[in-house]
Amino acid sequence: MKSVRLTIDGRAVEVPDGTTILDAAMANGIKIPTLCHLEGVKDYGGCRLCLVEIKGSPKVFPACTTPVGQGMEVTTNSDRLKEYRKMALQLLLSERAHICSVCVANGACELQSLASELGVDQLIFERDWPELSVDLTHAYLVIDRNRCILCTRCIRVCDEIEGVHTLDLMLRGKETQVVIDLNENWKNATSCTGCRKCAKVCPVGAIYVKGEALSSTKDKEVAKFITERRRSAFE
Amino acid sequence: MNKVRVATIWLSGCSGCHMSFLDQDEFLMELAKLVQFVYSPLIDVKEFPENVDITIVEGAVGNEEQLELIEVARKRTKQLIALGDCAVHGNVTSLRNALREGDQAVLKRAYLELADTTPQIPSEVTPLLKKAHPLHEIVEVDHFIPGCPPPASLITYVLTELLAGRKPEMEGKAKFG
Repeated sequence: MKSVRLTIDGRAVEVPDGTTILDAAMANGIKIPTLCHLEGVKDYGGCRLCLVEIKGSPKVFPACTTPVGQGMEVTTNSDRLKEYRKMALQLLLSERAHICSVCVANGACELQSLASELGVDQLIFERDWPELSVDLTHAYLVIDRNRCILCTRCIRVCDEIEGVHTLDLMLRGKETQVVIDLNENWKNATSCTGCRKCAKVCPVGAIYVKGEALSSTKDKEVAKFITERRRSAFE
Repeated sequence: MNKVRVATIWLSGCSGCHMSFLDQDEFLMELAKLVQFVYSPLIDVKEFPENVDITIVEGAVGNEEQLELIEVARKRTKQLIALGDCAVHGNVTSLRNALREGDQAVLKRAYLELADTTPQIPSEVTPLLKKAHPLHEIVEVDHFIPGCPPPASLITYVLTELLAGRKPEMEGKAKFG
């Protein structure tokens, strides 16, 4: 396959054509923060945490959905990007009742640890939380929509890996929420296989397994693992 | 040398942040050499004093009395610190904000639905605000120390920096929850 040469943070790298900037950076040991990215499923560029600058453009680009280009000069960590990332985290944290102290994911939450890592110690945006439901009807799976950051990892893993597409999004704007089948209670969702992949890849405490420590439930490598196994079966 | 005049305030919080403050253990001895506590739930002063250098506030602003106190404190303070998640972003105190008529809903739940005997909502206490507010929604805040509660070591770090005239750097140190 044709390869592409570019620089990321001043470092010359060479990757196959069609690689995303995020994958190119990760393959070369350059860390870019993400929340919605999940190895093994399609990227959708929703969380805006992986924004990067490309020389010659005043705009910023999501690294997970922008392919590399020949001679591209990418910056992943300028002061402007740091400020934007902090702002994106503040918006995510302000949008819903993210109360870490009473969340099952406290201490095992990607949103919480990124906020800490990037120095988010306050929320400057006005909060106007929608009143959202918690579905406790399933035998062991729970969804608390008040904790959801709409990263859609659960939807993509359910669709692309489990292959049933039980989960999807409903409504728009701040009312947007993850629904089960056609907005059913989870116990009535006939398409759900109860595989728990959604809970394994959820970066926060929105989908979890009842009565199980979140630190043992969370395993976002599951998507990558299944994809690789499936790919090797066809090779 | 004049001692730095410090106040601490306890609004709608669980007092866990004040416990964390006390958890600073032997640093409190060092602190006592440098500061004078002029107002706090830990000492018996009724009126918030004038001319305070640092005020450390725990809890969200949840009722009318607290609203009045925080406004007076801000006017009489040089540097105001929001201590803990309730003061920083509302935390558990503000969970009622997600409910319609949340102020009435919590009173009903606490005093009527969960009462074993003589259910009644107390009428002679200060009224709740419609919503519980983090401090920065009401007054200007100079420093934020998140955490539920913030670790004692982080409180020590921030106070040490402020007393040395430096700005505390929170990246990688502070954590919600």
